[in-house]
Amino acid sequence: MNRVLLADRLATASLWGVALFVVGVLVAIIGHFVLASLPTFTLSFLVSEPVSEGIGGIGPLLFNSVYMLVLTMLITIPLGVLGGIYMAEYAKENRFTNAIRLSQEVISSVPSIVVGLFGMTIFVIGLGWGFTAIGGALTLLVFNLPLLLRLCEQAIRAVPADERAASLALGSTKWQTIRHAVLPVAIPGVVTGIVLTAGRVFGEAAALLFVAGDSVPSNYDYTFISLFDPRSPWSLFHKGTTLSLYIWNLNTESMNSQKEVIAAMSSMVLLVMVLLFNLSSRWLGRALARRVSGL
Amino acid sequence: MDTLQGASPVTPIPPSPVPVSALTPPTLPGIDPSAAVKLRTKDVKIRYGTRVAVRDVTLDVPEHSVMAFIGPSGCGKSTVLRCFDRMNDLIPGATVEGSIELDGEDMYASGVLPVEVRRKVGLVFQRPNPFPMSIYENVAYGPRRHGLKDKAKLDEIVERSIRRAALWDEVKDDLRRKSGLALSGGQQQRLCIARTLATDPEVILMDEPCSALDPIATLKIEELIAQLKTEFTIVIVTHNMQQAARVSDRTAFFTLGEDRAGYLVELDDTLRIFTNPAFQLTEDYVSGRFG
Repeated sequence: MNRVLLADRLATASLWGVALFVVGVLVAIIGHFVLASLPTFTLSFLVSEPVSEGIGGIGPLLFNSVYMLVLTMLITIPLGVLGGIYMAEYAKENRFTNAIRLSQEVISSVPSIVVGLFGMTIFVIGLGWGFTAIGGALTLLVFNLPLLLRLCEQAIRAVPADERAASLALGSTKWQTIRHAVLPVAIPGVVTGIVLTAGRVFGEAAALLFVAGDSVPSNYDYTFISLFDPRSPWSLFHKGTTLSLYIWNLNTESMNSQKEVIAAMSSMVLLVMVLLFNLSSRWLGRALARRVSGL
Repeated sequence: MDTLQGASPVTPIPPSPVPVSALTPPTLPGIDPSAAVKLRTKDVKIRYGTRVAVRDVTLDVPEHSVMAFIGPSGCGKSTVLRCFDRMNDLIPGATVEGSIELDGEDMYASGVLPVEVRRKVGLVFQRPNPFPMSIYENVAYGPRRHGLKDKAKLDEIVERSIRRAALWDEVKDDLRRKSGLALSGGQQQRLCIARTLATDPEVILMDEPCSALDPIATLKIEELIAQLKTEFTIVIVTHNMQQAARVSDRTAFFTLGEDRAGYLVELDDTLRIFTNPAFQLTEDYVSGRFG
């Protein structure tokens, strides 16, 4: 066979191989947890409270995971998107912006356990809050914000210059150009960035360990609504033990004889949540892009 | 074509008692010597940082006429063109000296916002660059940004602009269903022209609008230019000399000087530039001996 043709076949085959491997690993992970948890899984597992012996449920932990996600993203999204717009469209190349970029790189590579220690020093001890959801959210912000900032900046920079020039040439102001010509094109990238960041919130355990607490919650009264009373599950100051922290807790401290089954089912729930989140965000990104393009 | 506005694209030739000579430009078809000056530049010099890109540009563009900029690559034709709607402001380090007047008013005077200039002067780019939006939204983009919200009025402007750009029959059924990017190259360029017309400009600048198009699409754009000049003042940069000869009333020839800066060699009626130019350089360029 022709050598060039052979090389072509080899390249195709190895690229296919790599892709299959990646998909295979994902399928194996999901498959493992699904198989391990299906025999014992019931819907009530999702809503009931955890118990010290027996299977119980993960209701409050799931609630806390979503609570933490929403709280963190409420702070991260506006700051990240507006900061990304600033870095992409307004910031000049100077020492200040270089310092911002360097900080982004450094913070991204700091181990999350170190960020967690930082959070503990500031929020738990320094401000005397103890273990709180808001402390956890602010700690997550430390390494989520730089990530989202950079992803948004990249998404906005990736918009072709033609798009900007066309808008400006039609007599639009800079802000109109950003708002109506650049952002619509950048939206799928921005949404991807938001999902990546949100995925980290959902899965993060180490950074929250010393800040949000890992105690297993019980007796959640969802009808008691308060933003500041630590006894309310809706409060910023209640202990924000998430599903990931519960899995960690099961594997380190728990004396529960069923802990392996509970951990497997919790992991499956976590995986499915992240998967659903990813899929729905893609759909959301496309829907948003369609809406702004008038198609 | 049913999209014609009725007026003849050619202004009648007024009787001229002035003898035809090299010093007094002759009256040629398509040029009304009494037409008002729409754009006037005086001793324009454009720098990028410290490097002079173009110098010594002094020219008048009469109202409702087509002026072509020709010359070899890198001689600054596009640079000059983009000064007419202050798009060069976007390039860091670009500065303009001398004066550029639109209707007698300096468009670089302090207090004049580039946005204001760009609402009077439209620009059609070399590569068709519709927004990734529906055809309707592409054309409605300018009026919307200028604050128009009335649906009926928008519909009317969109239809009128697309008709004037000779694109209506091809897209009228897919205005909201089809993306501007789904059109052919020639249609995209006419969409970009429609988008510019929708902002109701006085001057339309075209930066090699046909260089990415096939001959048939090019012909359509050229026909369109002939129609549009009854209402607009058009300046077009082109590398295609036949095109300059076909569409323009006056032609400006630029070239690159010894100092690597572009400059305006000669500006005259198109017919004269192509048949009897005053400078040997022009003669060599239009006859294909260089450039």
